[in-house]
Amino acid sequence: MDLGSLYQDVILEHNRSPRNWGELAPPSQRADGRNPMCGDEVTVWLTIDNDRVAEVSFVGTGCAISKASASMMTQAVKGKTRAEAEQVFAQFHAMVTGRHANPADDPVLGKLKVFSGVARFPARVKCASLAWHAMKEALDAQP
Amino acid sequence: MPLVYLDNAATSQKPQVVIDALARYYSAENGNIHRGVHYLSEKATELYDLTREAARRFFNARHAHEMIFTRGATEGINLVAASFGQAFISAGDEIIASTMEHHSNIVPWQLLCERTGAVLKVIPVTDAGELDMDGYRSLLSERTKLVSVVHVSNALGTINPVAEIVRLAHEVGAAVMLDGAQSAPHTAVDLQALDCDFFVCSGHKMLGPTGASILYGKESWLERMPPYMGGGDMIEHVTFERSTWAPLPAKFEAGTPSIGDVVAFRHAIEYLEQVGVESIAAHEHALLEYAVEQVREIPGLTLVGTAAHKAGVLSFVMDCAHPHDIGTNLDSLGVAIRAGHHCAQPLMRRFGVPSTARASFYLYNTRDEVDALVKAIHRVRSVFA
Ligand SMILES: Cc1ncc(COP(=O)(O)O)c(C=O)c1O
Repeated sequence: MDLGSLYQDVILEHNRSPRNWGELAPPSQRADGRNPMCGDEVTVWLTIDNDRVAEVSFVGTGCAISKASASMMTQAVKGKTRAEAEQVFAQFHAMVTGRHANPADDPVLGKLKVFSGVARFPARVKCASLAWHAMKEALDAQP
Repeated sequence: MPLVYLDNAATSQKPQVVIDALARYYSAENGNIHRGVHYLSEKATELYDLTREAARRFFNARHAHEMIFTRGATEGINLVAASFGQAFISAGDEIIASTMEHHSNIVPWQLLCERTGAVLKVIPVTDAGELDMDGYRSLLSERTKLVSVVHVSNALGTINPVAEIVRLAHEVGAAVMLDGAQSAPHTAVDLQALDCDFFVCSGHKMLGPTGASILYGKESWLERMPPYMGGGDMIEHVTFERSTWAPLPAKFEAGTPSIGDVVAFRHAIEYLEQVGVESIAAHEHALLEYAVEQVREIPGLTLVGTAAHKAGVLSFVMDCAHPHDIGTNLDSLGVAIRAGHHCAQPLMRRFGVPSTARASFYLYNTRDEVDALVKAIHRVRSVFA
């Protein structure tokens, strides 16, 4: 199978230099994600100010897909309201599981479209969504 | 593009004789065992027990009725944990396993310890991926009731000194269970010489179908252990007041087993006997040495598991790419390997990695396929480094 659709340059680049890497000092909200299939782990921190994601960061061990997806997740949700962040996740999840009718024209997805190839690699869907699940949990966590 | 299958530690491919035996069984020999007086039931029963005798011969057990059919190594270990545990394990007793166990040789003992108040002790592993035998000796005591260790590690390939492990355990009166899921397909196993008390294998890793495997137990233990599951085939006499158990091996084979798989499993055993397990081991060892020689040259690649005695397992990590990415990239080049924790998370933690990439060889693999593997790993480097 053609791997170009999975390992796009943007993904490889985020894998090499992940954005928003590191812990956020308390008081921040955090949640852990774990993929029991491969043992990968991610922790997401965020702070909420006026119902908006003010700061967001992550640390984790994982493959290029999971690391790049965590990195781009932090960029995508920063500054968004809770509802908007959850909306981006919903669209992202639909895209990587192949249930999004037309990801190419979805303005909510923006740069995240580079992950559309994941839908053709069912074994990698969990990698792409790990940090997103943690982000969603962190939104509801107590600071 | 030809497929290079190097995930044999997960499951092996099946020779045509095994596939034919499955088809023949369901086309012409299918009946339930130990029940009917009709031709097909008798035929199925006869074929079923032929496999038991083949397994006895292959592993050099004393009696055919010491060979119990299970679905896999997991079921065999759980059977011993439940049944031996019920009869012989109580609060304060100790069970010994090692850091390099498959989860199937950890979790059943944890469950047993929770039920009984027994304590699970763990043999440490050295940096090379060998059992720390001094550590093992210091764990043994009169409290030790059972030692359960892996014969050949699925994650590292280490061949453990099991004869010595058995001897030392018997000195303190402990029984020994060997997890032979990775040894049975690749090395000669002589149960009477090893003198272990229990042994499990996985038929599907040794050319057989999924669904048929062996639990070996010494007659003297199996006779004194209670049944694992109750049901048809395992009874002598049933009343609501009291039931009595069938003799071995039926006592441990309740219900309709995976008859077709058991029948075809004999053809896998005979295939291995014809090729010769010793020559299989030699072939795999040559492939391993050839592979190690080449991957050692690859910058940023680290082998995990460098024991002096190793079966054909090549576990590695790369500084530029996560095992998952290695696995997906190799797959796109037609090379099938495993990427993950290999159901051995405590061992991964011991080596400070979340997972590894693992190529594992079998009798049908070739030097050309090792070349394909090495070439594919170089490609990974060119993408990620
Ligand atoms: C060392 C070892 N033990 C036990 C098992 C479990 O075997 P099964 O899944 O066939 O029950 C495996 C299989 O991966 C193994 O490699």
